[in-house]
Amino acid sequence: MRPFSYARARTLNDAAQTVADDGTMAIAGGTNLLDLMKLQVETPSQLADINRIGFAEIEDTDDGGLSIGALATNTETAVHPRVRADYPVLSRAILAGATQQLRNKATNGGNLCQRTRCYYFMNIDQPCNKREPGSGCGAIDGIAKLHAVLGTSDQCIATYPGDMAVALSALDAQVQIATSDGDSRTVPVRDFHCLPGDTPWRENVLEAGEIITAITLPAPVGGTQLYRKVRERSSYAFALVSVAAIVEIEDGRFSRADLAFGGVAHKPWHDPRIAEALIGKAPSPELFDKAADILLEDAQGFGENDFKIPLARRTLHAVLEQATEAAA
Amino acid sequence: MAQTISVNGTPHNAPEDPRVTLLDFLRQDVGLTGTKKGCDHGQCGACTVIVNGVRINSCLTLAAMHDGDEVTTIEGLGTPDEPSALQNAFVEHDGYQCGYCTPGQICSATAMLSEIANGWPSDASEDLESGIEISGEEIRERMSGNLCRCGAYANIVAAIRDVAEQSA
Repeated sequence: MRPFSYARARTLNDAAQTVADDGTMAIAGGTNLLDLMKLQVETPSQLADINRIGFAEIEDTDDGGLSIGALATNTETAVHPRVRADYPVLSRAILAGATQQLRNKATNGGNLCQRTRCYYFMNIDQPCNKREPGSGCGAIDGIAKLHAVLGTSDQCIATYPGDMAVALSALDAQVQIATSDGDSRTVPVRDFHCLPGDTPWRENVLEAGEIITAITLPAPVGGTQLYRKVRERSSYAFALVSVAAIVEIEDGRFSRADLAFGGVAHKPWHDPRIAEALIGKAPSPELFDKAADILLEDAQGFGENDFKIPLARRTLHAVLEQATEAAA
Repeated sequence: MAQTISVNGTPHNAPEDPRVTLLDFLRQDVGLTGTKKGCDHGQCGACTVIVNGVRINSCLTLAAMHDGDEVTTIEGLGTPDEPSALQNAFVEHDGYQCGYCTPGQICSATAMLSEIANGWPSDASEDLESGIEISGEEIRERMSGNLCRCGAYANIVAAIRDVAEQSA
């Protein structure tokens, strides 16, 4: 690692002021950041340790929802009794990611901010517009098995690698952000991550000096909640394709179909047209195909990841079939 | 202000250089070389230790972040004269070949047994809320953060299962 100074923040205000400095990065769990610092992909001049500023509580909200502290760990969140009972898709998504050791350290805020695992991004000897703007994208004509098929640009085809945020997108959770001027703002998870466009280095909407304080979940939505992750190993591997689903069927017809997709884009992918196509209709293979047509209308492969397009279709089919059976 | 980290019950001063990982601190500053450096990127689990009761990868955390914390390493779990139940079981079931991953495997499995006792589900659990049934599938999923390049997995699972079933 390159030399850096280390400062421990005691309060949110302290942390916000420190991370507003050029070259300073906040560190919480550190499982992604320290990995990238060892690879010299990240070379902060200062780390602000925000682990002891609070914001680790998981507590009920006034409207019956749940507020999950940004500094609560992934494990604390996945095993929390209310998350298991009311938001099983979130427990399932978290438990499907990484390993117990990593989930014990990784925080919810850090998980939202984790970087892509694109091989070119993680290797400083390779071109990457995300790491070094203007240097090119090695993946577009290179090794692209993990890469995106939706929402790509000619600058970047990286994926957002996480599982938790895919479930949060299906749940329409909200990200609570403390701003550097001492104020706060709320951003839906669905709008938190960015598409690469011409600014692939910008992965989310956080501005300098902003810190995530919590993620809020709506009042329990019920339904059948599923997280299906397709990967190359049965454990400890990133998603090739994943689907988070909250589905309800009343009188033989879909009354709820909140779906989000991982492993296919630079952000958890949510397309409101899919729910519109499903709601009010009776489940059938033809209907599932129509939903997949909508999802994959603009999908584009880059050779090695072409398989993700039929895989996303089949995974969506499988999840809708499973949800239909569970609801029957 | 001097920072102290408790390692197996003994306080130690945290290192001056913030770059020192908890793993390097344990091996080089404290002199406890049971904890192993494998990949140094959180992928292999050889560096697994127990901090404040939970298992973590000591290579992916800075020692400076741990003042006041209680760290347990393989040396703190048992001794050659008084090995822990898992240490005994690994010997009995031949749960290793070269032995390099073993301290991490045993620290990981030790914490895993408390996770099961606490009723924490895993990706392999059928139900999120109704207790854990100990099975090979559960153990393999829960131990997926610990690699063994010799491939002693079958015996590692047998050793853990033995202890898990006795303590269940």
